[in-house]
Amino acid sequence: MGAFLAIVRRDLAIAGRIGGAGGLPLVFFLMLVTLIPFAIGPDLNLLSRIGPAILWLAAVLATLIGLDRLFQADEEDGSLDIILAGELPLELGVVAKGIAHWLATGLPLALFAPLFGLLLALTPEAMLAVAATLLVGTPALTFIGMVGAALTARLRRGGLILSILVMPLMVPSLIFGVSAAQAALGGTVPFLSPFLILCAISLFAIVVGAVAAAAALRAEG
Amino acid sequence: MSRDFSPAYAGTSLELTATGLACRRSGRLLFSGLGFSLRGGRALVVTGANGAGKSSLLTILRGRLKPAAGTVTLKGAGERTLSETINFVGHREGLKGMLTARENLAFAEKMLGGEGQSPVAALEKLDVAHLVDLPVAYLSAGQRRRVALARLFVAFRPIWLLDEPTSALDAASAALLTRLMREHLARGGMIVAATHQPLGLDGEDVLAIEPPAQTGSHPDSDEDDGEAW
Repeated sequence: MGAFLAIVRRDLAIAGRIGGAGGLPLVFFLMLVTLIPFAIGPDLNLLSRIGPAILWLAAVLATLIGLDRLFQADEEDGSLDIILAGELPLELGVVAKGIAHWLATGLPLALFAPLFGLLLALTPEAMLAVAATLLVGTPALTFIGMVGAALTARLRRGGLILSILVMPLMVPSLIFGVSAAQAALGGTVPFLSPFLILCAISLFAIVVGAVAAAAALRAEG
Repeated sequence: MSRDFSPAYAGTSLELTATGLACRRSGRLLFSGLGFSLRGGRALVVTGANGAGKSSLLTILRGRLKPAAGTVTLKGAGERTLSETINFVGHREGLKGMLTARENLAFAEKMLGGEGQSPVAALEKLDVAHLVDLPVAYLSAGQRRRVALARLFVAFRPIWLLDEPTSALDAASAALLTRLMREHLARGGMIVAATHQPLGLDGEDVLAIEPPAQTGSHPDSDEDDGEAW
């Protein structure tokens, strides 16, 4: 447990200290959300209708930023060797890294989503719904992306391959996240059904992502 | 020279044996038929030309690379596996530039398992205790190397695996490292070091890696490599 927390704490310290990299996803998220109303024009009804989808798209793209450095940085400076040489099972070490990444990326996105929803003319219910879906849905994005990050840890410019590998796997979270947020605004589907599926996807992604990422890191020294 | 037995390996008689090791990287045979046997209290110096496979041998020993042939066995370590008895310091030093020396060593201590000294005490051994609260990115290459070497003391592990330990070190620090290595051996520890410079430990074993005869290493002879580079 000490080693698990040590990884989480170290990664959070690095995210907080390195110049701007910790806040980059949030700033990217804000930029996308700010620019889209300018591109679409002052049609508030249209904006509030597509608002949840825009927030979710922005969250997916913001998560992808910096994901390529998740294991690559550790591989390059040799800290991955220390994690591998430790007594902590690599699957748990990988989960610790995923949790730290989520705390630094996904959680701030979910917390700031209601605020950014103001820019998209979202109603208060829609803001809460989007925040709730992002809160339970972003772990799926992080842990699915983690598998791609582990596979490309040893590639110099792995970001492109990472995005291509991981993007299709993030589609289910996107669909259910947006449809749960839309359902909260009214419609025939109750809010809970897509929301619970989204929770299930996240739980599934944490387990499968941990095992797959650990296997990818172990594969070739 | 201190004679106190550390609790981590008092009373153990470790024996590390490698037989018939072969290593193939990117389809090229680096070495084959390599073997050695090492007991606690002894050091093995691995020599060879650049690219001969010294680092690859160390990578095999710490279990990050499967040898193309041969086995590595460890006796006398109880329930601990080979990779759990090894403390490795290599070219990539495992230090995060934006964290301080103390934070880096505390992380290594947590990961590698306790029973070691505090980060400050370990840095004192390497004579760099004054750097404890500086971010590692601000340190010179030699200072970084000494902070990395301090990892050998925050986690007591009986086998030290060192890749070019004296590179970037000045003469005084290299002599200090030699003294620390002698102490480690006197306590029953084991050292495997890949190096070009003589380490000045008296009576170390030397394993010279020779390139295999060129006829046997034609790349077409084996297509089994799945490596990314």
